[in-house]
Amino acid sequence: MTLAAALTTGDAAQLPSRRQEDWRWSDLRGLVRTMPPKSPRLAAPVDPGGPFACIPAIEVVIANGHLNWWPEENRGGVEVTIHQKPDLPRKAERLPMASLAAANAGDPPITIIQFNSGETQPILLRFVSNATLTSHHARVGVMVKAGASALLLESYEGAGEGYFANHLLEIFVEEGGALERVVIVGEVADAISVSTADVNLRPGAQFAQTVLTSGAKRQRHETHVANPGGGSQVRLDGVYLLEAGHADLTTEVIHQGLDGATRQLTKGAVRGASRAVFQGRIVVREGADRTDARMGHHALILSERAEVDAKPELEIYADDVACAHGNTVGALDEEALFYARSRGILEPEARAMLTEAFVGEVVDRIEHDGARDVARTWVAAHLRGES
Amino acid sequence: MIPMLSIKNLHVTVGETEIIKGLSLEVPAGEVHAVMGPNGAGKSTLSYALAGRPGYGVTEGAASLDGEDLLALDPSERAAKGVFLSFQYPLEIPGVPGLTFLRTALNAQRKARGEDEVAAPAFLKLAREKAAALKIDFDMLKRPLNVGFSGGEKKRMEIFQMAVLSPRLLILDETDSGLDIDALRIVAEGVNAMRSADRAMLVITHYQRLLDYIRPDRVHVLADGRIVASGGPELALELEREGYDKYAKVAA
Repeated sequence: MTLAAALTTGDAAQLPSRRQEDWRWSDLRGLVRTMPPKSPRLAAPVDPGGPFACIPAIEVVIANGHLNWWPEENRGGVEVTIHQKPDLPRKAERLPMASLAAANAGDPPITIIQFNSGETQPILLRFVSNATLTSHHARVGVMVKAGASALLLESYEGAGEGYFANHLLEIFVEEGGALERVVIVGEVADAISVSTADVNLRPGAQFAQTVLTSGAKRQRHETHVANPGGGSQVRLDGVYLLEAGHADLTTEVIHQGLDGATRQLTKGAVRGASRAVFQGRIVVREGADRTDARMGHHALILSERAEVDAKPELEIYADDVACAHGNTVGALDEEALFYARSRGILEPEARAMLTEAFVGEVVDRIEHDGARDVARTWVAAHLRGES
Repeated sequence: MIPMLSIKNLHVTVGETEIIKGLSLEVPAGEVHAVMGPNGAGKSTLSYALAGRPGYGVTEGAASLDGEDLLALDPSERAAKGVFLSFQYPLEIPGVPGLTFLRTALNAQRKARGEDEVAAPAFLKLAREKAAALKIDFDMLKRPLNVGFSGGEKKRMEIFQMAVLSPRLLILDETDSGLDIDALRIVAEGVNAMRSADRAMLVITHYQRLLDYIRPDRVHVLADGRIVASGGPELALELEREGYDKYAKVAA
């Protein structure tokens, strides 16, 4: 039985488990005995909003796996279309959760957002879950046409409890196109949430991503990028701030041709009994010379029960490359903390301020001013328990 | 009258080692007292214990500000009561602009005292005024606090913070270390500008040099964790001439 078929029948036995190297720290199999029933379709459109609501943009809402709200006319250089019979995802064999999403997507089977040319209107892509003990899946395609410049503001918003949400994005950026993707994951505490993106770039394309997550019972945000070189530049950043639960930021970039660049910086802080996972893999294929790839992951562990698991991997099969990676895990600087307190700053605020400064380096790399402000506010609120 | 700062029979242990061994000292409001002593006498330990640094355990004795027990308070509460420690080695705070740090501190102190927060325009006006007096380039205050600053710049930033926060008890821990003569003069002027009848200062130093610029009312000699001699400003000159040897012997 193929994986997709097994899963459509509700058989959870094929979910990724800790026995698979890429899932060893984010086991799903042990957590889900049988696939929960499908989430109900929401009767009404979801109210406009979400974490990026202050930025003028076109909303596309996927709620409980179904397309819930979208612009029916082309506006701001963006077209939203639906397709009833999409092909299988390209990496079906390697990405079990992507296959699951494609096989079980709600209505329609795929929604495609296309940025046509020049400066386009930003898109708010909201994956809303409002479900209890049910599951839903959706599949979205994002196409940035040659020379177009696009901003995708993506949010995962949860209400209800104990749901299982699984989403697949397939992103294509053509020659000279540029996409900035800023993601805020705000699921409910006991949800299981997986989002997989398969990103394909043409030579000379730019792709920049920042994911901000507060985790869930088990939450994974996974991005696979094919970097063809030819001046293609990729930025893959992440921030996790966990009070409890689990967050997994997994990325893979495959450099396939000459002259590609990847910059990656992920930072986070874990408190309570939370657990963060960072898996970053950069592969430089044979012939992908003059690749320039840099990866950094730095974590603060703020309680004795919290845990960070990190696996930075560089696989290099080309000769003429510049690659570097750095990985650190530490605690807040006690001396700096005392210094701030000696000036009158209360300890919780001093901790929040120093942690905010620590992850601020990642937030500062967001190019869009409005999105950067939203990210800053998100960080500040999470560190002060105001989220 | 209650002295502003009163320390009685203070014992402080760091790790397993007792560093301050029964220190008593009083500083009345309006006065500047110098604490001088050889390396290892416990000068920095005294300043950290008064500011409430974790790990500096008070095993015996008392310290009070205006009759109120200091030792029971959190470091930030001590700051709100008016204690300010100018660090010997000020910390670098990456990612936090100096102005943001200071405004957060000022408003936290004011909130703790039940006062209204200072709004941004009023704060900026105050900061500009104090920075100009200390010849600090205002743009420097927009950079992450102390990051990449020279030793002299860091010390000036300490005095700048002190000027904005307007504390009642100033503890200067080796403020002259790392300063050239011009920086020393600017820093000393900044400190002298804060002398007032309702403020007390404790100037902790190894060398007499700083006291040429910040004239103390009293000088105390700290050796082996205790005050072993006290006198007028002339005591500092005597120490400069004769060194600490005879006090080290007294302490031993």
